[in-house]
Amino acid sequence: MPFAGRRRALVCRDAVALMTARLEGALPGRDRERLDAHLAGCPHCTEHLAQLRATVHALGRVEPDDVPEASVDELIVHYRRWTAE
Amino acid sequence: MTDEHALVARLRAGDEEAFVLLVRRYQARLLRLARTVVADGAAAEQAVRDTWLAVVGGVGRSERSAFTTWLFHLLLVRARTASDPVRRVAVPDRATDDRFDASGAWSTPPVPWVERIDDRLAADKLAVRVHEILATLPDPERQVVVLRDVEGLTADDVSELLGLTDDGQRALLDGARERIRHQLAVDLEQG
Repeated sequence: MPFAGRRRALVCRDAVALMTARLEGALPGRDRERLDAHLAGCPHCTEHLAQLRATVHALGRVEPDDVPEASVDELIVHYRRWTAE
Repeated sequence: MTDEHALVARLRAGDEEAFVLLVRRYQARLLRLARTVVADGAAAEQAVRDTWLAVVGGVGRSERSAFTTWLFHLLLVRARTASDPVRRVAVPDRATDDRFDASGAWSTPPVPWVERIDDRLAADKLAVRVHEILATLPDPERQVVVLRDVEGLTADDVSELLGLTDDGQRALLDGARERIRHQLAVDLEQG
């Protein structure tokens, strides 16, 4: 979400719109400075960014479901067929 | 990652143990990804099976891509074949965001919860809850967030795998993270 580079201060809505790019390391330096300046004076946006960070962290800890042994066995049967062909 | 390449070489030579090792490592992750493309469970499983057949059958791989990215590419190609031909990728609509007032300031500021998940047990519970919330996301958002945040692929790889622009990829990622963040906030407020 590129942001028009005017010099006025960001409002909260603009700040929030820049956060994913910021977390992804894709925010140009100038926008980054404006976001930081906003965050320094806005506890709500600071909390919002912290919540996004915590969400990303939790996503990184999500485990896949267990694979039922029956599915593994079934795939082994397929494997034997594929390699026999 | 070289470990996986060695396993592929072994399974192609008929080493069943190598195949089982790879299946245990990737089956659930392939199925999770397949279900973001194909709603039907049986069709998703078929796409995963076809992916293993391609691995066993010796479909080549690009030397520059990581094993996981290559495997996910094989899966996505097969899963898309099994899904509806046209799938619109909806980009979240920001115009109707009622979290902010007309001036762009918060009308309903976020309820603080980050400090409450400091200990390990709370973090584990959060991951379990996030797993549940993932299932409720729109498919295009789930695809992006699973690949980027759960599987940890690079943003570039995610864009390439899904045929998205960088901005498009990030918009879906933003939408997914925000939905999950919001749901966690609702949960923690109630709990």
